[in-house]
Amino acid sequence: MNYHLLGPEIAVATLGLLILAISLLLPSRGKSTAGYLATAGLIAVLMAVIVNFSQEAVFFAGVYQIDRYANYFRILFLTAALLIILMSSRYTSLFGERKSEWFSFMLFATAGMMIMVAAGDLITVYVGLELMTISFYILSAYLLNDHLSAEAGLKYLIIGAFSSAVLLFGMSLVYACSGTTVFTEIYDALRAGPQRPALLAGMVMMIAGLGFKISAVPFHMWTPDIYQGAPTPVTAYLSVASKAAGFAVLVRIFLLAFPAASWDWHLALAVLAALTMVIGNLTALVQTNVKRMLAYSSIAQAGYILVGLIAANTYGLKGLLFYAMLYVFSNVGAFAVTALVEVEEGSTEREAFNGLGRRAPMPAAVLTICMLSLAGIPPMAGFAGKFYLFSGAIQAGYLWLAFIGLLMSMISVYYYLNVAKAMYIGTSRQEGLITLPFPVRTALWICLAGTIFLGVYPGPLSELTELAVQLFSAV
Amino acid sequence: MYDFPILSITWLLPIAGALLITMLPRTQEGMIRAVAAACTLGSLVLSLMVCFGYDPETGGMQMTESIPWIRDLGVNYALGVDGISIPLLLLTNLIGFSAVYASWHTEERVKEFFVLLLLLISGVMGTFIATDLFIFFLFYEVVVIPIYLLVIMFGSSKRVTKEYAGMKLTIYLLIGSAFLLVGLIALFVKGQALLGFPTMDIGTLAGADFPVAFQVFVYCLIAFGFGTLLSMFPFHAWSPDGYAGAPTAVSMIHAGVLKKIGGYGLIRIGLLLLPAGARYIAPLIAILALGNVVYAGIICLAQKDLKYIVGYSSVSHMGYVLLGIASVNLISLNGAVMMMFAHGVMAALFFAMIGNLYHQSHTRNVSDFGGLAHQMPRLAVGFMLAGLASLGLPGTVNFIGEFTIFVGAFGIYNVLTILAISGIVITAVYILRTLGGVLFGPRRSEWDHLQDLHGVDLVPLLVLGAAILIGGILPFTLMDIIQSGVGQLLGQIGPGQIGGIF
Repeated sequence: MNYHLLGPEIAVATLGLLILAISLLLPSRGKSTAGYLATAGLIAVLMAVIVNFSQEAVFFAGVYQIDRYANYFRILFLTAALLIILMSSRYTSLFGERKSEWFSFMLFATAGMMIMVAAGDLITVYVGLELMTISFYILSAYLLNDHLSAEAGLKYLIIGAFSSAVLLFGMSLVYACSGTTVFTEIYDALRAGPQRPALLAGMVMMIAGLGFKISAVPFHMWTPDIYQGAPTPVTAYLSVASKAAGFAVLVRIFLLAFPAASWDWHLALAVLAALTMVIGNLTALVQTNVKRMLAYSSIAQAGYILVGLIAANTYGLKGLLFYAMLYVFSNVGAFAVTALVEVEEGSTEREAFNGLGRRAPMPAAVLTICMLSLAGIPPMAGFAGKFYLFSGAIQAGYLWLAFIGLLMSMISVYYYLNVAKAMYIGTSRQEGLITLPFPVRTALWICLAGTIFLGVYPGPLSELTELAVQLFSAV
Repeated sequence: MYDFPILSITWLLPIAGALLITMLPRTQEGMIRAVAAACTLGSLVLSLMVCFGYDPETGGMQMTESIPWIRDLGVNYALGVDGISIPLLLLTNLIGFSAVYASWHTEERVKEFFVLLLLLISGVMGTFIATDLFIFFLFYEVVVIPIYLLVIMFGSSKRVTKEYAGMKLTIYLLIGSAFLLVGLIALFVKGQALLGFPTMDIGTLAGADFPVAFQVFVYCLIAFGFGTLLSMFPFHAWSPDGYAGAPTAVSMIHAGVLKKIGGYGLIRIGLLLLPAGARYIAPLIAILALGNVVYAGIICLAQKDLKYIVGYSSVSHMGYVLLGIASVNLISLNGAVMMMFAHGVMAALFFAMIGNLYHQSHTRNVSDFGGLAHQMPRLAVGFMLAGLASLGLPGTVNFIGEFTIFVGAFGIYNVLTILAISGIVITAVYILRTLGGVLFGPRRSEWDHLQDLHGVDLVPLLVLGAAILIGGILPFTLMDIIQSGVGQLLGQIGPGQIGGIF
């Protein structure tokens, strides 16, 4: 057994605990140390995962699987966590005394996600999911004196607990029908056995439970309030990483555990995806708060990504993985600038962005480019991602879905450009350039470079995704 | 033939210029303008070298470059030019170069202006030289966003606000491109199924034998996409408002070359890849073309704002191009390509002159002017040259284009062609009336303070005016190149029957 392959999860969890301890022991609660320690630790773990990318192993009779697919998502989560920690270097001052614990919870959430994507059975998925979700309950309410943040935390707790219950109930029904919780064994058991309504109910409930995590319509209701209320870096992490983890699990379960014959879930998901794209984009059109607008936009993005699972062919799955990765760069870039404005102006209303093009040319350019990437305008990364996703969809015969998706993504340009308009022709009350701390500047440059590079030259990442999805080629 | 990647350098020069300008300090405005001028001049010279280095005898794609780009999608970074793309590449650079000079007097946010302008020029150029669908689309949409930002930052609000104009233009073009993209992805997926390997190369895809029903369906999609860009009736409403709101340089590039991407796409992708679909839909396109020529022409008669007149007139003239494309024969297609070139230089010259006048007088109403030829004789020359080219006077390059289209189209659609020729009369009415009202008549003293064209202002007039006249008197060089491209394309798609939709 190559137990060192479990190192990343262990390291991240230990790092979280270490920072928690440091915040108790060091003077002024180790505020300055915690950030550096988290950054350095995450970089080290990320390097280790990249070096061991192609090493695969199955642990504990299929319960835990380290494969390229899991490694791909581990890279994604670690990159996202790093970017978020960098971008929030100024924002964390709002947390006051509780700053260093914030890093701990970020790391626990990351560990939870890493467990989710490597899980080979339902119980492990659930454990990882809860580790992630409970960390997020705390993180969403981290601005204690802001009633919106407190409200977000409470809402997330109630609705999140409810959705976890639904998911768990679905899992138990699947267990009842198959007699096992390990994916590969579920597959074998169900292929042999007869069709059962209970299994169908279990699958539907699992779609609902995971649909909550990826905020697909109609399980999206919590998203706008919580995205708007939670501290901006948390919202960013919630939108890129928690969503990606949800997708990773959804794909693994639905392609590996449920044989295609048991229920044709493709069409049901296709309808959900279409609704998600339409409702997310149309509601985003009328938002005046940028954070809330990005929340609706993230619902719409979930719709696009879901198309990859529905297509369930090589292009579609590669598109799903590709899109999840570029979404990290583009969305974190967008939220990083939003966080900057929030700290500077105390608001995330669109008026707060007025004149940003003059006061902070570089962040304004990053926000514009990242949002255009989300809208799928070439040469930004979003276009390449959508090209894969919708090529997959058309190949699988879902022409109508591609139609809706592409039309909606063009409509989305309207609300993204409205922000660009405020930045470039709006006039600001305040004058003078906004100074950027070094970590924030670094994060912005990484997001910008990632967004443009993946769009202009998608080749390398596309080959990485190809390796990651080989797992499903047998299905 | 050249032994260096001439096409890559041509489109990368403006990008390099834009990067250089972002590094210059904001206050160095003279330097910023100089960099922009130098880069566009370099591209112009290179595209002239392409034009004269091209061998029409051999024909086909020349000066090709190809680098594998995305393996699993079969995408190559592939460039090349043939007889259809060369005139348009040349046109882009003529106008791009002139546009830099036409906006020499931009005073606010000079840095942003020239960065965006150079990106725009570069993107337009790329669409004409890409021979790979993916790369083509990459360039195609790159242009949309700089245009939006240029319009809202530097445009002017008269009848409609610049924010409205910019957003209308952007959304129209993007919705069109959504349909186009569905069509292109469908082509790619079907091509992969038929050929057995993924490819985005236009030449290779042309070898796939797409079923007729599929061709018709996809041609409808891309005709909608490219048609919107070409301001095909009834999807033209963005064009006059967009031009009116846009700053001079954007109007020049948009009316001059960007629209032509629509026509180019219909020929290069529509006709070459989907010949059966194109021929099936052709009569419908011809009827819509008549809508452009007559309907937009009549609207033009009622316009009072100079930019709206040129805006609607450009919609009207695109009808000729569409008619040429819909006739699918050697003569009509030669005419269509020639007309795209001719209309481009003419419209750009018109907008440059209007921009200069507006910059000084802050009005564009025809009725506010009169007798300007007294104060501004050189500007008057520019206006007259553009106006007479617009109504297709022999001796200008527009005559060559229009005449060729009508000759080619008459054999296919007799009635429609005769009706379309009436467009010339309509054009003559509004153009001559406008020019008479603005330039001639008694001297009006309120305009005595206006300065005639001088110094750098003369560059657009000289460059574009020369193109109009040289193209009109000596059309052979360009026509030979166009003919070699169109002839080869028609040879590839083979003969076929036009019609079927009605």
